[in-house]
Amino acid sequence: MSTGFVEGWLAGTIQASAPIFYAALGETVVERSGLINLGVEGTMLVGASSSFAVTSLTGSPVAGLATGALAGALFNLILAPLVLWRRANQLACGLALMFLGAGLSAFYGQSFVGAPVNGFDVVPIPFLETIPFAGPILFQQDALVYFMAPSAVLVWWLLARTRWGLQLRAVGEDRLVAFAAGTRPHLLRVQALLLGGLFAGVAGAHLSLAIAHSWTEGLTAGRGFIAVSLVIFAAWSPLRVLPGALLFGGALALQIQLQARGAAVSPFLLDMLPYLMTLVVLVLLRKSSRGRMPEGLKEVFESPKGS
Amino acid sequence: MTDLRPGLVRFGVRTLTLGSSIIVALVLFSLVLATAGKNPFDTYASLVGSTLGNGFGFSEIFVKLIPLLFTALAVALPARLGLVNVGGEGQLNVGALGAAVAALTLGPHVPLWVGIPVSVVFGMLGGALWALVPAWLRARGWLNETISTLLLNYVALRLVDFFVYGPLRDPGSANVPQTVEFGAGWLWPGLVGRIHIGLLLGLAALAVVAVVLNRTRWGFEIRAIGGNALAAQRHGLPLSRYIVLVLLAGGALAGLAGTGEIMAIQGRLRPHFSPDYGYMGFLVAWLAGHKPLRILILGFLVALVATGGDSLQLDQGLPSATVNIFMALILFMVLADTWRPDRLEERWLARLGAREGGAA
Amino acid sequence: MSVSAGAGQILLETRALSKHFGTLKANDGIDLAVRAGEIHAVLGENGAGKSTLMKLLYGYYQPTSGEVLIDGRPVVLESPRRGRAFGIGMVFQNFTLIPAFRVWENVALFLEGAGDKGQLVRKITDLSRSYGLNVNPLALVRDLPMGDRQKVEIVKILAAGARVLIFDEPTSVLAPHEAENLFVVFDRLRSEGYAVLFISHKMTEVLRCADRVTVLRKGRVAASLPREGLDRHGLVNLLVGQESEGEWEEVGARRSSSRGTAVLEFVNVSCLTDDGRPGLEGVSFTVLNGEVLGVAAVSGNGQEFLGDLVLGLRQPTGGSVFLEGVDRDRPTPRKTLASGVAVLPEDPLRQGTIGTFTVKENLILGRQNDYWTDGGWTPDRSRWAHDAQASLMEAFVQSPPRLEARAGDLSGGNLQRVVIARELRRSPRLFVSYYLTRGLDLSNARAARDLVLDHVDKGMGALFVSEDLDELFAISDRLLVIHAGKAVGLFPTKQTTQQEVGLLMTGAGGSHD
Repeated sequence: MSTGFVEGWLAGTIQASAPIFYAALGETVVERSGLINLGVEGTMLVGASSSFAVTSLTGSPVAGLATGALAGALFNLILAPLVLWRRANQLACGLALMFLGAGLSAFYGQSFVGAPVNGFDVVPIPFLETIPFAGPILFQQDALVYFMAPSAVLVWWLLARTRWGLQLRAVGEDRLVAFAAGTRPHLLRVQALLLGGLFAGVAGAHLSLAIAHSWTEGLTAGRGFIAVSLVIFAAWSPLRVLPGALLFGGALALQIQLQARGAAVSPFLLDMLPYLMTLVVLVLLRKSSRGRMPEGLKEVFESPKGS
Repeated sequence: MTDLRPGLVRFGVRTLTLGSSIIVALVLFSLVLATAGKNPFDTYASLVGSTLGNGFGFSEIFVKLIPLLFTALAVALPARLGLVNVGGEGQLNVGALGAAVAALTLGPHVPLWVGIPVSVVFGMLGGALWALVPAWLRARGWLNETISTLLLNYVALRLVDFFVYGPLRDPGSANVPQTVEFGAGWLWPGLVGRIHIGLLLGLAALAVVAVVLNRTRWGFEIRAIGGNALAAQRHGLPLSRYIVLVLLAGGALAGLAGTGEIMAIQGRLRPHFSPDYGYMGFLVAWLAGHKPLRILILGFLVALVATGGDSLQLDQGLPSATVNIFMALILFMVLADTWRPDRLEERWLARLGAREGGAA
Repeated sequence: MSVSAGAGQILLETRALSKHFGTLKANDGIDLAVRAGEIHAVLGENGAGKSTLMKLLYGYYQPTSGEVLIDGRPVVLESPRRGRAFGIGMVFQNFTLIPAFRVWENVALFLEGAGDKGQLVRKITDLSRSYGLNVNPLALVRDLPMGDRQKVEIVKILAAGARVLIFDEPTSVLAPHEAENLFVVFDRLRSEGYAVLFISHKMTEVLRCADRVTVLRKGRVAASLPREGLDRHGLVNLLVGQESEGEWEEVGARRSSSRGTAVLEFVNVSCLTDDGRPGLEGVSFTVLNGEVLGVAAVSGNGQEFLGDLVLGLRQPTGGSVFLEGVDRDRPTPRKTLASGVAVLPEDPLRQGTIGTFTVKENLILGRQNDYWTDGGWTPDRSRWAHDAQASLMEAFVQSPPRLEARAGDLSGGNLQRVVIARELRRSPRLFVSYYLTRGLDLSNARAARDLVLDHVDKGMGALFVSEDLDELFAISDRLLVIHAGKAVGLFPTKQTTQQEVGLLMTGAGGSHD
């Protein structure tokens, strides 16, 4: 294989991993608080479509990004009354949220299908981009890619080093102990949903504004579910989400590269890779995953009712 | 002389609460439509007109109902045990693939009385096969079935793509990826227009599941586990065995949905032939509280909305996915147990019993 | 080791403190004074009102009447946070710790205005050293043994500024050497002027470290005495009362004295708890046909594993369980139930009934094969309804629940009776029951007991676990006493007294043969 192929693949990996990364980062916060949102796919779609629409109208990708983040945060919030107040089945609610997101994004995004847009362009970092081999891969990406590592560190710091993060994690482990310590579990979970939605909205915005530079119905194609799986794969650690996202992004990017080069392998089989890999990894890591799963989540996954 | 009143009470409570949920959803949906400058009433008129007011539209409701019955059962049966099977979409695709492989292998010159049973069997096998790994993983306690079935949905779509673009491709249609048409002996006959015998199969499946759940000992045990798995286990009920059984059965049922579609409607296997029947079935099952008779009613309603949605593009210029909004809203209302139908039911039933002097 | 109370000022006091739950007087007119530099023990059996008192002192409950005073001033403890603000710290039996967190994180969680990690780590190290606690602030709580976890709890409340430390059954989760360590810590705290209040039912500990003992009985203070002059027998008398109330007739006499073969035998059985600690250690006993073997034990001393071991849900780590003389190979609940065993579990709602099922459906749980005789397709509905009705009539003195009622809607007492009806309907050869009459009023309790005895007369063997000594003495042919996972007594009921059993249950008795 020529270096062109490897370079292209690695650069593509990093870019493709960004939406999955941001969505998973947000969902990590949500799950550390003891909730699970299977509807991340819907939130991403809402973020992708709304950010695209606003960018198309205003010409400013930053305005679009902000819109996508806000829309995602508010959209995630829909789960709050259902799951916290009415104690509805979290898994089913998440899927209903996915439906809603798919419908809303298709509906509002319709007039923007095929519209040209001034999205997030590559922002090369001077001097660093000239490093042979690594330069073009790492330092010729768009802005949101550069923010991936800092975001992971930020969320890690929030969870591990602030009082808010301590209380949030306590809620996810043992609601009763957290309550006895004087926290307000519902409030913290609402905040987690907002933050999670914000990141998922950003993820969707990156997909439509930086990768696809367009909007179509169902743009995310299951990336939201990969993100949910990635959270488990990363054992609910914000720092581990990044290498995990790169792994899945690599599978996505590989398919594109091989197809572009007319490789003999069927693109469909390659396309299965990310999902199959997720499945295999989840099964292989089940023991260590279970060891680190926030206690509050165990009842969702293991109880028959899932709520 | 059986007392019909408890049944009437239940029917009344369920209809009223569901109706209220639908009304609230309609109001919210109207708001959504209005914000995009669309007149809600025009939209509703179009929905109703293209379905109930149109001969073809009306029959299309039943055409859509057929796969929905199967995919809803595929979700409902495991749900009674306490499992969440989201893999209907994938299972129906692999079921269709299985039936297609059988049809193409045995060839087009097969008589009808061979073609139909064989396609049914292979459709069920394909669907069950696709549910096997998630079933086993869950029974072992290794991976929750919601995630595994969800991921496999995406794999199944690509699996079908692979076969249709590759080994099973019709060499005669260079630009369009599809298999050759199945022989006449394979195509499921119609009843009325496009409504095919799958409807009879679907109704039979509903009846079988209803009987199994409500009358048989296996249904008793399934419902016991779904009600309290710990107590059930302490009384000797075999959890793992039932987990595998219901998930395989669910897969088989979903497989039939796919088989019916390609054998009766499509006539061949094409990629992405299912407009999310699997996910719609999930919706129907949860709206129906996983009960077979209600699946029939809710299935009809969802099929109606989905059929109307198809014409939205033509009539109103709205993407068909728009109706997902409406359906998600209803689902939210039901999941939130908004009107607490169980409690209402219990209260009214108790009042009935009390007026009769408290018969035991 | 006992030091006189001395001139310590009263830090915490209650006057005529009462807590009523409807007609139930959990605490009735309690006067209690806790002094600085004093270790004060509150002794009482289960149901005496100890935990209610603790919850009142901590601010979980509000009193129905009476007052709580801190430093001589009446206060309203509307929440645990208020209690903490006043310097009351509580260590519960089930620690309020998060195992997945490190020690310093657990402390930080309960500390308002905690400061940064470095400061907290230093504070924890200082406290730990001052009081001989040896706590590593960076350790993961999950990796700590119970004794160390308890020390983390102590550090937690000391760091929050507690002056009165309340412990609820502190040694229930500790191994003997860990308990001794704890008493050393208590001594240390006392010498530093803290007040230590601890609830217990264990005589030995109370005698080992308390300066003052308050005995609770049926919600009231039976006595409040300095440690000097107290001995075991005196305490037991205060705990248990001099005579039984006459509610239970002596029924042993009416039954025939001939017994059959052993239906259940435990030979040197040991097992572990879910956390890997010792659950039962080397327990041996037999239950004969036609006899009731009562099991006297305070909640949580190991008797909770008996039912699971019989059913096959838990495997012994040592020894064997014989059912009708057979050492079973890989027993399962299905096989066990099929061989004629019935169990009334500790928690009938969670472990014994399907809440979404009707009473009628619950009544055949475990026996459903009997009602589908054609292989499983159609039930014999008339026989089912008839049998269900008959079962109910056996167990309910009056107003049985409707057959079509949802089990989840039943009251605790009704649920209990439904499970009793179901289990005994199977005419089991062995009946393992936990707290048969819990939640039942007098007449229903009597009916349940009579039902069990009827079956025993016909040859059923009963393993009867209870905390109520009156009941145990009225119904059992022989008694097995379990304490801290070991069998500490096994003898015919007629050859012992409630005092002796009470002593053994609380770990303070001698041996009896």
